[in-house]
Amino acid sequence: MTGPEIERLIQLLARLPGLGPRSARRAALHLLKRREVLFLPLVEAMTAAASSVRTCSVCGNLDSCDPCTICANPKRDPSQICVVEEIADLWAIERSAAFRGRYHVLGGVLSALDGVGPDDLSIAALVRRAGDPAMKEIILATNATVEGQTTAHYVVDRLAGLPVRVTRLAHGLPVGGELDYLDDGTLAAALQSRRAISSAGGGG
Amino acid sequence: MNRLASVPLDTAVSAPAPVHAGAAVVRLTLTDFRCYARLRLDPEATSAVLTGPNGAGKTNLLEALSYLAPGRGLRRARLGDPDRRLPDGSVAGRWSAAIVISTGGDCVTIGTGHEIDGEGQTNGRRIVRRDGAPLSAHRDLAALAAVVWLTPDMDGLFRDGAAGRRAFLDRLVCGFAAEHAGEVAAYQHCLRERARLLAEKAGDATWLDALEDGMARHGVAVAAARLAAVARLDRATRAGIGPFPSARLEMAGEIEDWLQRMPALAAEDKLRAALAAGRDMDAATGGAAVGPHRADLVVFFAGRDVPAVQCSTGEQKALLLSIVLAHARELAAERGTPPIMLLDEVVAHLDGARRAALFDEIAALGAQAWLTGTDDELFAGLRSRARFFRVLDATVTPR
Repeated sequence: MTGPEIERLIQLLARLPGLGPRSARRAALHLLKRREVLFLPLVEAMTAAASSVRTCSVCGNLDSCDPCTICANPKRDPSQICVVEEIADLWAIERSAAFRGRYHVLGGVLSALDGVGPDDLSIAALVRRAGDPAMKEIILATNATVEGQTTAHYVVDRLAGLPVRVTRLAHGLPVGGELDYLDDGTLAAALQSRRAISSAGGGG
Repeated sequence: MNRLASVPLDTAVSAPAPVHAGAAVVRLTLTDFRCYARLRLDPEATSAVLTGPNGAGKTNLLEALSYLAPGRGLRRARLGDPDRRLPDGSVAGRWSAAIVISTGGDCVTIGTGHEIDGEGQTNGRRIVRRDGAPLSAHRDLAALAAVVWLTPDMDGLFRDGAAGRRAFLDRLVCGFAAEHAGEVAAYQHCLRERARLLAEKAGDATWLDALEDGMARHGVAVAAARLAAVARLDRATRAGIGPFPSARLEMAGEIEDWLQRMPALAAEDKLRAALAAGRDMDAATGGAAVGPHRADLVVFFAGRDVPAVQCSTGEQKALLLSIVLAHARELAAERGTPPIMLLDEVVAHLDGARRAALFDEIAALGAQAWLTGTDDELFAGLRSRARFFRVLDATVTPR
């Protein structure tokens, strides 16, 4: 039906997450029909990314420079590290523009059933970074899943004894959320993580 | 974008779908589910009676409804098991079920089935949607409506292993505390992970500490919820329900004993320490010597104070029904709506007095019950209180 080049293109596209053979055929056709405005610029962008993007040797982020832009930025607070499971989580926190420290990407979560152990994650490197005398706080931003919490617990144990404050993201009421719609577990977590807004007798 | 397997359009049976005052199914639509290629059923009355010969497809309808509860349904089926099959065993289509339930006047549509990817293929996961939007966790279903069931497979509940009784109890607990399913799943996950690590002898102590911390937190929450539910059910069943036997319920288990004597946080510490101390033995046996997965639900025939397992088969069935009815009463009192009750071939084993009492109790609770049987006459007492359907060769017709 088509030449080997197109078949090869379809086969490779079909390996992308979220795409199967039918979507890959559609994507290939879309690219081929828009050769100048989309296909060739995409090829150039992919070639450039493939040759220049590398893993940051400090935090595990992906960037075209090593150390990455965040690690090399003198305006970012070097005394705070936010620990995330995956690069997608780092990107999510960056989108919030709420954090001005640096990151550490673990590269996954502990999972004995999937054969992922501490040596498969970037935990030893985190412990080394946390041992820097200038380090003040390690913020654990693993997911609120069983695996995420197990990994967070493991990291806390590994950091024990270092003169660094270890915190984790709060669990609870989402911004704009209504109490009535929250499940009991989230509501209980929100109550546990409550924060003082005035001291006793000082509210008036 | 992921979507549900195709929603059926044709109807085998069609009738208006009135809104029931309590939690009740007002429409069930099946596609390629077990023996049903396509089916739409609109139960008009509070309860539905499904009669027909063996193998006609009655239990399949109850199974579809049991997907309103978190978990794998009343047959504990794997995802592909309910797919309709051709005579040669090949899959004729991927199953889906859409269930419209009314809760206090509002109608909600729960859709479930294979999660279908952009290529029209199953991705091996089951999706649950509420009014078209995916539910993030299946356990969220428990907050919507409680569903309990009794099937012939449960006849040996008191005779067989403790795992079946724990699963039965956990379903009842979910009616009282929707988050219980999540706690059980989290505990079991940590338990499996720890067992794997111990078996491989590769996990470092810190990793095991982290998993045992999860087991302690989730395990004590599971045990505490079970204890609280058993205490409620014990009170309710002792009061007795008509001619059904009074039951005495207890939880037997180490964590449960600790919780009677110490605060939950102290029990967590104790479990954490016990797990850490038992690593060598657990590595050898391949499990965990202590934890809520070792607990058992112990039921006694209250009148004679003998364990249920020593009672006659008929008495055991009646005891089970006592517990389910007590649970329904407690739920009705707490949530304002009784559970949807799926009673498969239950009536055939009851004498006339208990049959009549069961029908009266269902009516008094205002519960929607789905009852199956082979003989219409057994349900004569429900004639004015339920809608009757004839199930034959995978078709359902109103009587």
